[in-house]
Amino acid sequence: MLQRRQVIQAGTSLGVLGLLAGCATPATGKGPKVVVIGAGYGGATAAKYIRMWSEGAVQVTVVEPNAQFISCPMSNLVIGGSMKLSDITLSYDNLVKRHGVTMVSDRVVNIDGAKRMVKLASGTELPYDRLIVSPGVDFMWETLPGMNKPNAQEQVFHGWKAGAQTVALRKQIESMPDGGVFAMTVPQAPYRCPPGPYERACQVADYFSKAKPKSKVIILDANDDVTSKGPLFKKAWAERYKNIIEYRPKHALTDVDVATKTLKFEFNDDVKAAVLNVIPSMRAGDVAVNAGMATANKRWCEVDFLTFESKALPNIHVLGDAIQIAPLMPKSAHMANQHGKSCAAAVVALLTGKPVNPLPIYNNTCYSFVSAEDVIHVSSVHRYDAAQKTMLTVPGSGGVSAAANELEGRYAMGWARNIWADTLA
Amino acid sequence: MKLRVCVAAAVWLCSVQVAQAQSPDPLQVRSWAASCSNCHGTNGVAQSGMESLAGVPAADITKKMLDFKAGRKPATIMHQLSKGYSDEQIAAIAGFFAAQKK
Repeated sequence: MLQRRQVIQAGTSLGVLGLLAGCATPATGKGPKVVVIGAGYGGATAAKYIRMWSEGAVQVTVVEPNAQFISCPMSNLVIGGSMKLSDITLSYDNLVKRHGVTMVSDRVVNIDGAKRMVKLASGTELPYDRLIVSPGVDFMWETLPGMNKPNAQEQVFHGWKAGAQTVALRKQIESMPDGGVFAMTVPQAPYRCPPGPYERACQVADYFSKAKPKSKVIILDANDDVTSKGPLFKKAWAERYKNIIEYRPKHALTDVDVATKTLKFEFNDDVKAAVLNVIPSMRAGDVAVNAGMATANKRWCEVDFLTFESKALPNIHVLGDAIQIAPLMPKSAHMANQHGKSCAAAVVALLTGKPVNPLPIYNNTCYSFVSAEDVIHVSSVHRYDAAQKTMLTVPGSGGVSAAANELEGRYAMGWARNIWADTLA
Repeated sequence: MKLRVCVAAAVWLCSVQVAQAQSPDPLQVRSWAASCSNCHGTNGVAQSGMESLAGVPAADITKKMLDFKAGRKPATIMHQLSKGYSDEQIAAIAGFFAAQKK
């Protein structure tokens, strides 16, 4: 017994050493091999649940270039100043220690579907029986010529991937003199986190109301109207931030003049501001697009919703924000976590010769902070429809908050702690 | 003729009983239950700020969910989410959580 424990401990510490050194240490044990690209809400959840539900029988290797997990949900509170980046930064250690996932700190350069092999920047090749691609989004910079000029992206931030950009945007807002304008652009839907831009406007306005009361927030939205929780956001803007937030719909951004901090639109006048926050149009992450899986408008990856297997490439599953969504399914962290579990169950079933669940059901919950404390939510339940072969919302289910309230602010924090643990611990 | 109707009715009754007695595939129920764990913790063991479901008697979870669903119990969100699941699915999910270690 003692010997066995020593062996296990030695194995564990070797695994940790490999991780710390950033070495590619592909899973070498017995059993089918799954490689996961990307350890965000989708990929990390899939990795953990495949290990749990296969009872360790399936080897899981996760390729993730970032050393730590930084949560996009709650990152608007860092921009508003009520949280710090360290509050939303989490370790991948439990995936390794508790669940026996092999983490590889590297980037994918190529997926060879015929050979079932992933090639990494370091030159390492990882073979797989099934591959899970959860790359999130990348930005369509080609639609904004001015943002491709040298250093443009180091001066105007999107803050739509939590991390350095979140902190940089916060610093710009902090150093802006009172009386300035913060102008943010919202891309045409679909994009990551539908209510996110409107929550961010509230967070910046909340900060202005306390620290810079003469300053303004202008939301320039490419969409015809607020894309999520519209009446609730508009109520918050009218009641809480009447002289601070101005909302302008139907503003399709065409270019950014970084030197003069000017936004240019298809049909509207230019807008100049002290701080620009450009949230560009989005598509599936590069690794999925480059592999040829972005078959919907060349932007999003179509999948079979029973397994999340790509409709373009066999044995490759795509999760999270990168997929062509089902009707009324948001691109959210909560949904990516649900994709991860639904896919994990299917992958374990496929690798062990068991039937795939013919009736997936899962839900979405999205909380938005309209101040540092008060929160509104939108919820939905999604069930597989065998006739239409997609996920549809269950009639009569779901809804929004009656009004912004502090109780849901506490639930939102509970949600964060729980989804972080469900994804990573 | 009368006899045939009776037989048909008996067969129908029988098949209804079989369908009711047939419990759903445990792996399917595990997947359904996992859709609760974003908020209620992996296998129902929650972090602070949310209710744990692991080890809670199935009857208690089922009653609560049906009360949410019928509007008998006030809620911020569960009255909306509970309506997405059939009573049978709720009972099966409750059974899963009841069997988990606290």
